[in-house]
Amino acid sequence: MATKFDAIMARRGEIMRKALGMDYSVFEQSPIAFDYEGMMTAHGYSLQDIVDIQTKAGVGNTPLLELKNLTDVVRSMSEPGKGARIFVKDEAANMAGAFKDRRASVSIHVAKEKGYEGVIAATSGNYGAAVSSQAARYGLKCIICQEAFDSRHIGQPEIVEKSRICEAFGAEVVQMTVGPELFFHMVELLDVTGYFAASLYSSFGVSGIETLGLEIANEMTALTGAPPTHCVITHAGGGNTTGTARGLKRAGATDTQIISASVDLSGLHMASDDDFNRKSFTTGHTGFGVPFATWPDRADVPRNAARSLRYIDRYLTVTQGEVFYITEAMSKIEGLERGPAGNTAMAAAVSLARDLPRDATVVVQETEYTGAGKHHWAQLNFAKEMGVGVCSGDPKNNVPGKVIVIPERPEQIRAKDFDLARLRKSYVRNALKQAPEGYAPTADDIAFLAADTNSDAAAVEAILAELKEA
Amino acid sequence: MTDATRCKAGDWVEVERVLLEPADRSKNLPPETAEKPLMMWIKGFAQAAGAVGAAMTIETMTGRLVEGTLSAVNPGYFHTFGNPIPELVHVGVDLRARLAEYHAAQADAAAQKGGA
Repeated sequence: MATKFDAIMARRGEIMRKALGMDYSVFEQSPIAFDYEGMMTAHGYSLQDIVDIQTKAGVGNTPLLELKNLTDVVRSMSEPGKGARIFVKDEAANMAGAFKDRRASVSIHVAKEKGYEGVIAATSGNYGAAVSSQAARYGLKCIICQEAFDSRHIGQPEIVEKSRICEAFGAEVVQMTVGPELFFHMVELLDVTGYFAASLYSSFGVSGIETLGLEIANEMTALTGAPPTHCVITHAGGGNTTGTARGLKRAGATDTQIISASVDLSGLHMASDDDFNRKSFTTGHTGFGVPFATWPDRADVPRNAARSLRYIDRYLTVTQGEVFYITEAMSKIEGLERGPAGNTAMAAAVSLARDLPRDATVVVQETEYTGAGKHHWAQLNFAKEMGVGVCSGDPKNNVPGKVIVIPERPEQIRAKDFDLARLRKSYVRNALKQAPEGYAPTADDIAFLAADTNSDAAAVEAILAELKEA
Repeated sequence: MTDATRCKAGDWVEVERVLLEPADRSKNLPPETAEKPLMMWIKGFAQAAGAVGAAMTIETMTGRLVEGTLSAVNPGYFHTFGNPIPELVHVGVDLRARLAEYHAAQADAAAQKGGA
């Protein structure tokens, strides 16, 4: 017998079509390929239109700050001639405290234009605050579905704070226990209310982030004479990487290296009731970063606009302890107290800048707000309460969910390269799974897979041959 | 947490309910999650007087009527920063000392270059 879960999920396509106000089937080209650029531009907004929407919404134009002290710390431990300049885009200055305001602003604008009465989003992150804040400004009702607690009703301070801020902005917050059925309930609520789905992964949301890349390219050119040589991006579901990279490219910064960075949470299961509160990061980690890079269409929309493998040049991982150390360092030597998850890319940038020439420029493209709960001290105190060890030492000894090792010295901060070839292969395997058994990818499919993995036809053909053999 | 165990109609309260019993949950869950129900908590205005643990209907911020079991009356937020982290308290002093040393060395090098 079909369960309640199965019954709703079976109607998901029809419910989402109504709730997104967009028919994704027109972009499908084959069992594998679809028209990505067609989907991204179907809303008809130019980049300038989006800048105008965001200006009206009070979003964007955040300060770009050079971090001279952090750069000098890096130079103090670099080989002669090395130690790139580090900059940060202070996205915490957005109204709801994160770059997610950019993502929410376009969706909310569209929901208002199309006459929806309210919006719904499933998110335990800063996106909830952004949607709630924008909805309040536009006079729309708002429901945020959050994975908030384990089965004992214990929530991480960071998530409890995100529930609070959404309620502060007047949203109805549905707090749930651990499980992917968060999306089931969101779909159920979309069906009941007829509200707009302010998905993190729609083209509206991801287009909204492009202005961040645009601002970085323009502001760095004004400040240093050229766009940054490297942009480091905290990576979870892939929207941040995709939107920022697209914006940089649209602004002409085609040489900027796109470096995604996640906190290493390998070994922890994202749907585990036991592991839920043993994570000290609730976003920006490999638990989202890897599965979404290797199969973006696992999202709540038929085709995900966030396709990070298209844009990533390098994928770095850092440990929880390294990010907490950098978060503390940012307060003490840069006077910039910000939330820990947004500093994931900052920890990676410190490691990266150390190996780059002094004239290289590294932009960390976000910060996020901080406060009670959403703070590295709160997260570490909570980890201790949950039985996770916290100690000083070499971050090499960090074990996600068991021990958080705080570096003793900045020299110990060393990001690791995640093998992109492995991610690409995994992506191609997942894409093939969507096609009927025995389906032979056409030349167009191969061209699509090459574009979707930022590689070429020969590389995709080699993966296909390898998978066939296995 | 507030100590109140009873509410009046119109009070701001929280209800809880089971959204999915274990048998109705997704099939792709680790056992420790699959064996538990999917629970939900939501806040709104009580539609009648009631007691914690009893059935209650609330009107949420979007105007929806949601039934559940009254779980809290006037629920607050008690998350904090907590105590300083001993493993982090040295970071500021260490890095400021390192910067002072680095800047002094840079100034020395510049002076030597200037004097040469």
